[in-house]
Amino acid sequence: MALLSNTAVLLGKELRTEFRSRELLTTTVVFILTIVVLFSFTFDPSVSESRRFGPGLLWLAFLFAASLMLQPCFLREQTNDTLSALRLSVGDPFAIFFAKLAANTLFLLFTQVLLLPVFSVLYNVPILAAFPQLVLVMFMGSLGLSVTGTALSAISAQARMRELLLPLLLLPLLTPVLIASTEATAALLVPNPLMRWDWLGFLLAFDVVFLTALWLFGEYLLEE
Amino acid sequence: MSDATLPGDGSRELTKKILIAAVVVILMSLAAYASLFVAPTESKMGTIQRIFYLHAPSGMVALLSFFVCFVGNLAYVFTRKAKWDWLSVSAAEVGMAFCTVLILTGPIWAHPVWGIWWTWDARLTLTFVLWLLYTSYLLLRTLVEDPDRRALISAIYGIFAFLDVPLVYGSIRWWRTQHPQPVIMGGPGSGLEPTMRKVFWFWFLNLVILMIFFIRERYALEAMRDEVQSLEREAEAA
Amino acid sequence: MTPTSFSPTGIRFEKIDKRYGGLYALRRVSLEIVPGECVALAGRNGSGKTTLLRIAARLARPSAGAVSFLNGRGESGGTPAAGFVAHATMVYDELTAEENLLLFARLQGIAEPTARAEALLTEVGLLERRNSLVRTFSRGMRQRVAIARALLNEPAVILFDEPATGLDPQGVSWFAQTLKGLRDSCRTILMSVHGESEVSSLATRAIRLDAGSVVADTQTGANFRSILAFANA
Repeated sequence: MALLSNTAVLLGKELRTEFRSRELLTTTVVFILTIVVLFSFTFDPSVSESRRFGPGLLWLAFLFAASLMLQPCFLREQTNDTLSALRLSVGDPFAIFFAKLAANTLFLLFTQVLLLPVFSVLYNVPILAAFPQLVLVMFMGSLGLSVTGTALSAISAQARMRELLLPLLLLPLLTPVLIASTEATAALLVPNPLMRWDWLGFLLAFDVVFLTALWLFGEYLLEE
Repeated sequence: MSDATLPGDGSRELTKKILIAAVVVILMSLAAYASLFVAPTESKMGTIQRIFYLHAPSGMVALLSFFVCFVGNLAYVFTRKAKWDWLSVSAAEVGMAFCTVLILTGPIWAHPVWGIWWTWDARLTLTFVLWLLYTSYLLLRTLVEDPDRRALISAIYGIFAFLDVPLVYGSIRWWRTQHPQPVIMGGPGSGLEPTMRKVFWFWFLNLVILMIFFIRERYALEAMRDEVQSLEREAEAA
Repeated sequence: MTPTSFSPTGIRFEKIDKRYGGLYALRRVSLEIVPGECVALAGRNGSGKTTLLRIAARLARPSAGAVSFLNGRGESGGTPAAGFVAHATMVYDELTAEENLLLFARLQGIAEPTARAEALLTEVGLLERRNSLVRTFSRGMRQRVAIARALLNEPAVILFDEPATGLDPQGVSWFAQTLKGLRDSCRTILMSVHGESEVSSLATRAIRLDAGSVVADTQTGANFRSILAFANA
């Protein structure tokens, strides 16, 4: 199917571009690290306190990082008007969004998995027991962040003050993702980790709703 | 071409407006009277509870307004007719006004009765998130110059924002079932005495009428503004 | 140029309006460009040239009217993808010349993308620099990559938006030569120009736009040179 093959080609381009410069990944990792460290100064990271506040703060850090990391998403297509070249070349404009959100999900997941051990050490929270499950939760959360973030990145790229605008548009919208991801993560950081399939189901519903909305309306965001 | 009525269209329009405004004022006065004197005093909370008649319906009307905005957004995306954009922005602003009323009346009620200013229950939290979402919607509109682009971009954001509403509400309620808080401000199960219920629905009806009135006025204003701006542009180009 | 495998195609603009808010960028523009014509579009900045080209490229939608592509018998056929070369390069700085061409070739579903990319790079004289990042290229070289990209799917119609801007005299000569080759291979060309030059002299027809309307056309008797000269005023 043309949509999938176009998406695969574009995803390859996104990944190649990023791994060549590694700009987004490094700045995002450092940013999350900074927030995680700063947060640890705001309360006493004893085990019980960490379990209470840790997951929320972690996901808050991910949210902030995503709202910054997603800004260049469509802005970089404006520099040489490569967006027009893409629009002329692909069959279905949704492929452009699909590839970008897939790339963004992978980037976010990568930074999160990288930082999980750091979080574990700083906040005295055990992660090994439930590591695969944590990765699954992070994947679902990242997907939610990416679907909405990619769409809103296309929106904010067409407005002024776009650096401030994207976080403003995105963060309130992500309230459900923050709640669901935090709850699911918190349930995995206790002595008897429990996989909260209900919250994961909720995240799936969130992803489906906004992916459908993006599929229906995305091409209007690209038109002139 | 224009969906606006230009001033000077006749004193009939003006008379009609004054009449409607008068009706609204009368109805609101009746509602105020009803809430202050007709409704019985609530046994546990006392007089301050009467603000509930403004507080709760405001929330419902805010949501209704945002729904109207959502409909306008969808209609604009599919028809590209400017009038839907005027409707959307009008409904969004009116919704914001009612949202603000809810957020302000909440603490006024909560503090004397329960000793706290705010609580993160599902309704209040949803209202706050709505307030943030539609502030962003209105802010986005000020940051896009071209009117057609502005209408399309904000319509799509508006659609995303409203689709989020059930998800926000659902996630908070579900979360609250696991982290219960003392139910205040009339939880879902709180019953209303018959007279109270009548006053409540009277207030709701009034606020809906007020909502329609404000949206209509704001719509006319937006239509006029659009007219003036396109005239300005054509004059500039000539 | 490479053996052609397209059929000559014309362009028809029917009563095209393009509005931005209350302002008209194009006002009831009707034009018919026959297959194989090489048309120079002249006009001051803001006269609507870029808008018309972007509408022909199907990047922008007209507010009213329609654009269609005609086969040799004047019937409107499908929607062949037109090659579009803008002032912006429309290629990725962070990829090499070859990677850029491969990317767009694969997206367009071109058979044997590697061979095609290589052939085009050879034609535009960039084969030696195939593995260099576009970021390192001069303006002239970037334009060559842009042209290669536009020619990937052997388009019958090519649109140029101010192609000679920013090129040094050698670049302009090279471009004029390339344009001559494209014209002689029966491609339909619509290009916006600024005044008389080596490039505009290759056109077989000139049209002047002013404030979004067609004000002169050599097809209806206007003078070729005066259209181009006046546009500079």
